[in-house]
Amino acid sequence: MNDELTPEEKEALKDVASKLGSFEKQRGNLIPILQMVQEKLSYLPTQAIKVVSEHLEIFESEVYGVATFYNQFRFHPPGKHPIKVCLGTACHVRGGGIILENFERKLGIHYGQTTPDREFSIEKVACVGCCALAPVAIIDETVHGHMAPSKVEGLLMRIEIEKEMEERARIKDESCG
Amino acid sequence: MNPAGNEKIDQRFNAIYKEAEKRRNEFRDAPVPKIHIGMATCGIASGALETKKAFEEALDEYNIEARIHTVGCLGHCYAEPVVVIDHPDSGFPPIFYHEVNAGKAKMLTKLFLKEGDPRFEHVYGAMEENDLIPWVMEFARFNREKRVVMEKCGYIDPEDIYDYIAAGGYSTLVKALKLSPDEIIKEVQNSGLRGRGGAGFPTGRKWELAKNTGEQEKIVICNADEGDPGAYMDRTILESNPHQVIEGMAICAYAVGAKKAIIYVRAEYPLAVTIVTKAIRQARELGLLGESVLGSSFDLEIDVFRGSGAFVCGEETALIRSIEGYRGMPRHRPPYPVQKGLWNKPTVINNVKTLASVPPILDHGADWYREIGTQNTPGTAIFSVVGNVVHAGLVEIPMGVSLRTLIFDICGGIPNNKKFKAVQIGGPSGGCLNEDFLDTPIDFDSLTEAGAMMGSGGMVVMDEDTCMVEVSRYFLDFTQNESCGKCTFCRIGTYHLLKILERLTRGEGEDGDIELLETLSKDIKAGSLCGLGKTAPNPVLTSIKYFREEYEAHIYEKRCPALMCRPMIAFYFDLDLCARGCDACATACPVEAVFTTSNRKKGVDQELCVKCGECMVVCPPEYDAVRKVSPPHLVPHIEKPPEKKKED
Repeated sequence: MNDELTPEEKEALKDVASKLGSFEKQRGNLIPILQMVQEKLSYLPTQAIKVVSEHLEIFESEVYGVATFYNQFRFHPPGKHPIKVCLGTACHVRGGGIILENFERKLGIHYGQTTPDREFSIEKVACVGCCALAPVAIIDETVHGHMAPSKVEGLLMRIEIEKEMEERARIKDESCG
Repeated sequence: MNPAGNEKIDQRFNAIYKEAEKRRNEFRDAPVPKIHIGMATCGIASGALETKKAFEEALDEYNIEARIHTVGCLGHCYAEPVVVIDHPDSGFPPIFYHEVNAGKAKMLTKLFLKEGDPRFEHVYGAMEENDLIPWVMEFARFNREKRVVMEKCGYIDPEDIYDYIAAGGYSTLVKALKLSPDEIIKEVQNSGLRGRGGAGFPTGRKWELAKNTGEQEKIVICNADEGDPGAYMDRTILESNPHQVIEGMAICAYAVGAKKAIIYVRAEYPLAVTIVTKAIRQARELGLLGESVLGSSFDLEIDVFRGSGAFVCGEETALIRSIEGYRGMPRHRPPYPVQKGLWNKPTVINNVKTLASVPPILDHGADWYREIGTQNTPGTAIFSVVGNVVHAGLVEIPMGVSLRTLIFDICGGIPNNKKFKAVQIGGPSGGCLNEDFLDTPIDFDSLTEAGAMMGSGGMVVMDEDTCMVEVSRYFLDFTQNESCGKCTFCRIGTYHLLKILERLTRGEGEDGDIELLETLSKDIKAGSLCGLGKTAPNPVLTSIKYFREEYEAHIYEKRCPALMCRPMIAFYFDLDLCARGCDACATACPVEAVFTTSNRKKGVDQELCVKCGECMVVCPPEYDAVRKVSPPHLVPHIEKPPEKKKED
């Protein structure tokens, strides 16, 4: 699992710890608590699992065991632009696997991983529920239907260009101001 | 219930209904156009939010007064975003427009709402019968359906409880509260309603068992943990008409004597979670839930539990473990959950569709319900028909309709002049059926007999370009991932099934593999505890049974007949067709495997090619020069010119 938390994450972890008080010390609350932690931190770092296990007075291994059982929980920080590739049946039949491969090749990471600069992460998901648009990929919060390998390049390029433009605007602002 | 109490319930509900009616009439009679926009997840994914914004901006810009009414999903996913415009002053009936993007929204506001021209080229149909525009009910996609569960989906605003009440909602709960629990259970039993979660257990029987346990405290759970990739009807119902499910839950809780109910929704459905939570709050505010419902002696609290995404949690004992805060692993039955369920209390677990069927049944009576569908399985079935089919989406049909009617008449058949090959029913637990089964009537028993399963109702239509071995591999990959690991046969057996199938799709199959797959499948079925393991080999068994020649081609000829398994195919350009100077394929190729030959035509560097097929998609149809072959060694050799120096 990961190592150091960023300052913002430390802040969020404190926030999480203070919120735990509102949950009764019942085993049934374990999953709702983990869901709350992931909403705040966008993943479950080791430190957070420790906090949860202390609150509910159950072993860390037990908390980890439950968390790893379910697909919802992540143990790596997601990238700034999370990419989710749908691999539901309809998307699979229409070539979702090829789209996933293209993202992996372009970004040089596998699904479940984050690029070293924490810009992108790739996940595969089972059915986002717009099978009529298959194959589908979700970047940030936007759903892109009828994906094709060349569209993958286009979408990534657009993010790069936007980033560059922001950077330029920032430099311009700074030099003007 | 005593007559005085009944009167009190009626009084309370009539006050609420009057308010709902007032609001509805005010909306209906307002002398302005109404724009109904479908805003469930599928609509939003296709851009309904942008459409709504465009309408708002355009109405502002042209200074038109109109009401925007956000509704749920009609089930016509192929047509999303769907907009119905009711503009009485124009003289036209309400008109159904499909694929309304932001530009179309702006155009319609200007030309239809302002100038009164409905733009016939964009009209899909009219929502009422008239002389001018074809009525949608004249189309097979609409009139062959029979809507019981989804009757109000797409017509009412899911976030407004009054919309549901004005459409007749919650009146059945009022009716139920005046009956005795036994009368309700009897009516449900008479209707022949069977659980829509997949197994088809009689619902009335389940309720009776729960009612007759001696325990005081009982729990009702609505199972909306829809894990099958390719099925999304539960989500659509919760997003489009959550109150019908809540009403069904309340009736169930009253009948079995429960005071607590839980809706178990997947966390992957954020919109459904939000809408259901809001719906419960609204119902509580009006006194339709909470302490002494509508002034009666019946109390009910409904909570939402967000499932964290594990396919096995669709199994009821695993679902219970998961609510209790453990890994969702199934346990032995008996004791059944109706005897010892959540926190060891008797628990009734019903699927979303089952519970949503209850209000219409009590409303119209058991005999009405029995007339729909077949003798053994009355009622309707909801399918999400996706894959290679023209009018993909949700279809609610009476049980007993044939697959041919469903796929070809209602859903418009296979696109691009391709041939029908197979239909996969029931997701990872179901099976693949070939065209011999197209005339099979759909119900629980006939599908099980054919080796498939009703399951969740996911239906994926496949055309001739789909490889059945690859599809089996896909499903096994899924079930292997989702196997909880409790039973050895499921955990290790599915792993080996997957490994064999992976070998086949790589072209490394051996003699005897088919027999090995068959015996292993039978062992997994026999040795697994829960439905996941018992049904996981179904896709393999059915595809071997109905498409054995494909398996044989993979093993003995190292050939993929559908040209889908990528290690077994190769791409090349037909040099007689390839156009000089066209660079479409070379530009599109993600790995720069396309090179230009000495006579300026194209060739594929087989070493670099990842076989994504993009060149085939972009090759202009007038050339249509890209070809696939299997096995790959059949590819003609095309000389690659020596690389030039870049400095030249």
